[in-house]
Amino acid sequence: MEHYSKPEIWLIIVVMGIGTFFLRYSFLGLIGNRPLPEWALRYLRYTPVAVLPGLVAPLVIWPSATGGAFDPARLLAACATVLVGVVTRNVLAAIAGGLGTLYLALWLLG
Amino acid sequence: MLVIVPFGLLFGVAGTEAGLNLSEVMGFSILVIAGASQFTAVQLMSDNAPVILVLLTSLAVNLRMAMYSASLAPHLGAASRWHKTLIAYFMVDQAYVLSIQDYEARPKQSLTQKLAYYAGVCTPLCPQWYVSTWVGAVIGQAIPPEFALDFAAPITFLAMLAPAMRTLAHVAAAAVSVIVALVLAFLPSGLGLLIAAGAAMVTGAKVEVWMQRRRA
Repeated sequence: MEHYSKPEIWLIIVVMGIGTFFLRYSFLGLIGNRPLPEWALRYLRYTPVAVLPGLVAPLVIWPSATGGAFDPARLLAACATVLVGVVTRNVLAAIAGGLGTLYLALWLLG
Repeated sequence: MLVIVPFGLLFGVAGTEAGLNLSEVMGFSILVIAGASQFTAVQLMSDNAPVILVLLTSLAVNLRMAMYSASLAPHLGAASRWHKTLIAYFMVDQAYVLSIQDYEARPKQSLTQKLAYYAGVCTPLCPQWYVSTWVGAVIGQAIPPEFALDFAAPITFLAMLAPAMRTLAHVAAAAVSVIVALVLAFLPSGLGLLIAAGAAMVTGAKVEVWMQRRRA
């Protein structure tokens, strides 16, 4: 984070705010009632599952807290989160399962 | 509804952990008001990714909101510009999901009734987001490193993702995203992820078409 000046941090916040607003306003306000073509919907549907896994994977394999060294406790916690999430379909249960496993594993293995 | 408070808390904690001050953390939650993209930006920023890649990647996470906008347009498109501005600002995942369910279940409602429902959904949701972010940012500084809060953000992402693995196409997209991101991890931070996300979107769309053909 030291890498960024204060104006750069606020530039990121403000541009993200404006960009996100226009994504939300887009069809409602500017383009009107024309339906989105099916091929465009097909790509948009997958944006969250396309971005987030790739963002998390390196954090699980090379955690910043250990200076990038592989950590079995964090890998176990990640697996537990996904498992609980897939089984229960409940985001909060998955977070609780993940954090619980992380603390248990850190305590047992640490 | 319950999901908002822990997410807000975690974002506040993750933001301060990453080195943002209170006003910057609140700036994110008030100006952007989109949790997953805020987590994405903070994560990339703690990796010192170039500003342009932080912006591209975190805005990519919000592309789905254009889809929400398109699906609400037939119901709310006739509202005044001022109303539509407010609707757009408050268009968080939960507001969209609850409203579209209501509009599709009871399509005969007037525009006023639909607007009232939307406002009713947002009123409890959005203040919770601001307040819980603030609480997270304030208490986050007081939590000792033994609590491994560095891992709060990855766990939150995974928890959000797991229930989204609805079809083979979703699973395939996620798998491609993971593999490509890991393989390209040597690239400047953020760049590998952007390539991985593009490849994963194409994979999801192609698998969906392939599954439809097989069913037909």
